Amino acid sequence: MAKITLDKLSHSYDPNPSGPDDYALKEIDLDWVDGGAYALLGPSGCGKSTLLNIISGLLTPSDGRVLFDGKDVTDLPPDQRNIAQVFQFPVIYDTMSVYDNLAFPLRNRGVDAARVDKRVMEIATMLELEDQLKTRASNLTPDNKQKISMGRGLVRDDVNVVMFDEPLTVIDPALKWKLRSKLKELHQKIAVTMIYVTHDQTEALTFADQVVVMQDGIIVQIGTPVELFERPRHTFVGHFIGSPGMNVLPCEVSGGLATFGGHPVELEGRISKVGQKTEIGIRPEYVRLTDSGIPAVVRKAADIGRHTVVEVIAGKSSINAIIDGPPPEAGTQVHLSFDPSQTRVYSDGWIATEVAS
Amino acid sequence: MKTENPKAWFFVLPVLALVAFNALIPLMTVVNYSVQETFGNNLFFWQGLDWFENILRSDRFHGALGRQILFTATILAIEIPLGVIIALAMPRSGPWVSVCLVLMALPLLIPWNVVGAMWNIFTLPDIGLLGYTLNTVLGIDYDMTQNPTAAWATIILMDVWHWTSLVVLLAYAGLISIPEPYYQAARIDGASNWSVFRYIQLPKMKRVLTIAVLLRFMDSFNIYTEVFVLTGGGPGNSTTLLSIDLVKVALGQFDLGNAAAMSLIYFAFTLLVSWLFYTIMMKDEE
Amino acid sequence: MKHRALIPILYIFFLMVPIYWLVIMSFKTTNEILGGFSLFPQVWTFESYQTIFTDPTWYWGYINSISYVTLNTVISLAVALPAAYAFSRYRFMGDKHLFFWLLTNRMAPAAVFALPFFQLYSAVGLFDTYLAVALAHCLFNIPLSVWILEGFMSGVPKELDETAYVDGYSFPVFFVKIFLPTIKAGVGVAAFFCFMFSWVELLLAKTLTAVYAKPIAAVMTRTASSAGYELGLLAAAGVLTIIPGAIVIYFVRNYIAKGFAMGRV
Repeated sequence: MAKITLDKLSHSYDPNPSGPDDYALKEIDLDWVDGGAYALLGPSGCGKSTLLNIISGLLTPSDGRVLFDGKDVTDLPPDQRNIAQVFQFPVIYDTMSVYDNLAFPLRNRGVDAARVDKRVMEIATMLELEDQLKTRASNLTPDNKQKISMGRGLVRDDVNVVMFDEPLTVIDPALKWKLRSKLKELHQKIAVTMIYVTHDQTEALTFADQVVVMQDGIIVQIGTPVELFERPRHTFVGHFIGSPGMNVLPCEVSGGLATFGGHPVELEGRISKVGQKTEIGIRPEYVRLTDSGIPAVVRKAADIGRHTVVEVIAGKSSINAIIDGPPPEAGTQVHLSFDPSQTRVYSDGWIATEVAS
Repeated sequence: MKTENPKAWFFVLPVLALVAFNALIPLMTVVNYSVQETFGNNLFFWQGLDWFENILRSDRFHGALGRQILFTATILAIEIPLGVIIALAMPRSGPWVSVCLVLMALPLLIPWNVVGAMWNIFTLPDIGLLGYTLNTVLGIDYDMTQNPTAAWATIILMDVWHWTSLVVLLAYAGLISIPEPYYQAARIDGASNWSVFRYIQLPKMKRVLTIAVLLRFMDSFNIYTEVFVLTGGGPGNSTTLLSIDLVKVALGQFDLGNAAAMSLIYFAFTLLVSWLFYTIMMKDEE
Repeated sequence: MKHRALIPILYIFFLMVPIYWLVIMSFKTTNEILGGFSLFPQVWTFESYQTIFTDPTWYWGYINSISYVTLNTVISLAVALPAAYAFSRYRFMGDKHLFFWLLTNRMAPAAVFALPFFQLYSAVGLFDTYLAVALAHCLFNIPLSVWILEGFMSGVPKELDETAYVDGYSFPVFFVKIFLPTIKAGVGVAAFFCFMFSWVELLLAKTLTAVYAKPIAAVMTRTASSAGYELGLLAAAGVLTIIPGAIVIYFVRNYIAKGFAMGRV
């Protein structure tokens, strides 16, 4: 168990970086609380795997430090950091039985047989693998193999952090939810820090207590899933999370008022700063079709069971709305109204309205 | 995945034709000869299975077979482990990899008679580099043309020189196909180098190693040119391996019946062992 | 880490020593060679190379060898490609047996075929031609090529073929313009193996030729026996046979590791 601190971390794969574009990680300062369940969420290439490998010790950062409980471990190799890592595909020792696979990390550290047995049984039961202990590991299904990978990470009781690098990539979609719940269950039983890297928002939002959203090598927002959904601090977060994501519309700001296509828009609060580019962010859930408001034309609409997603064109922008009720015909003239408490202005991507308290 | 399609036979027809031409017709000829006696002049007399019986009883055949088995067993015992060790010691990536691979592959592309000639020149007692070093510098009495032991040592050394690279290349290909996370996980698990070899590298190399053993077995069992050019089968018949013996009988003595029968036995033996290896290899693939 | 690098270095050194010796020999005069031992030529001479480049028997030997090897590679690949495609994409009656039978030919001792080939190719009037050797080597090269190509082809998803049909491509156009480029590494590897085997094989090449298609290997062995022991000449001829091989390896160096696993690892 340890508190992990990332101090002014940045990393470039290029030995002679010349500019910010050469950096996979630009500047990360972060504290991971002991025992928390974190998700590192972001699109491909945002730097999340790089960050993960730096924490685990498989990669040494070009700048900055990694601290475990205040101790500088930046130069320590992985086996001395007491971490565990689960990879995208199951990494198991094919020729060994499930039992031996789980026992391997303990035996390598000279733990006595009695303790090994106790620990292996504990973990196997938690992972529901106790019936397969004698089976050769290579004969298991991929989801069970991943469980073995996870098990090897949890079997050592001095583990500081368990890291998951997109572990459900090769798992059958039908079994993904099962493994996800298993993971959450495991975290509740074993209060060890877990960091789960993914590009899938569903995985991140269901697993984590705190989600760290990354884009282009920087941390864009950290928060609970609810916080990220309700109040995205960056247009990227708003757009990435949600299905469909937040609408980002160009807007003009003058005299403290925002207008979209000439129409005034009521906001959640005061506008705090105005930069080069100003945009309005509103989630489709909070866009309503009414009789008066911003005029738009329906482009297409789909009933997806729980609700209807309507895409409209207003001026030059495409806006998504989520409504109840039957989908309107394409070409219908509608009016949009935005829920003011959920309408925000973003300046250069970052949130620029303050909530009136 | 594959669709059922009888028309596929058209695709395969050219291959079938060429290989059948080269394989079936000669085979039929050989079978034909093997059961007949000839005195030249195209006179043939039915012999039945006499030839086969003669050969299987003959000391000469036993001698050649015995030498062949000894040869193949020895080189397999040397080349496979040696090849694996070298492959393990090679860098997994980087600029030196191409250089190493190209240099190592060189012996494999030298015409076999040149290999024999090269080693001939190399081992001449007083004027060859190895011969000179052994005789004059180290004082070991070494003469391949006189001493059967020296001849054996030389043909084995030559084969190791010639073919180990094939094992290295195959083993190396197997090694670099192991994804990096396996090594990472092993580091995290605290595994020793020996554990990494035993539990990760060796199992993943099983496929390629089987191919390597199969190829080396087949080729060494059928070896002809290099050994013939180097020793001619001598001194005496101490290095007369199966192929060399067969050619002596067939083309030298023109004893067609004998040669044909011997060919079939030889072929059958190679086929049997190779088939065993092949079956094992394909079984793993399932 | 440094210690580990020693192993490949020592091994490569071991490989280079006899080659070095051959090269050195080729620059010595016969007198010097037979007169005693020297690590380095006392008198550098290009005599041996001159002979080879000027004597038709010699340089024709090279031309002959290169010719039948190229011919064999072309034929082998041309017939192996459609066959490999069939094995990779279709199931048909007897397919597994056919595949195995093809491989068994690779396992055969060449010596077994020496005499029958001699008679067969003489009978069809192909004795002492490039075609004879090229065809004879097909016995070994085609199975290997089919095996290698099938391995690579199986790595290409069937969806590619299906998409091409939907797009309206006829089969030949699809095969040449779309399919082949995706497996070009495999074709390169198969061609490499065809070249390699055909270039190095002597027994059959010698048996099936006399004068017109005589491979360089046969010229060399004739010289070694008839003209006494002209070691320098022999060495020079040997060095020249290594060069084409070296060039070929250089060209496929990036595929060597992948190819030696025959696309199946």
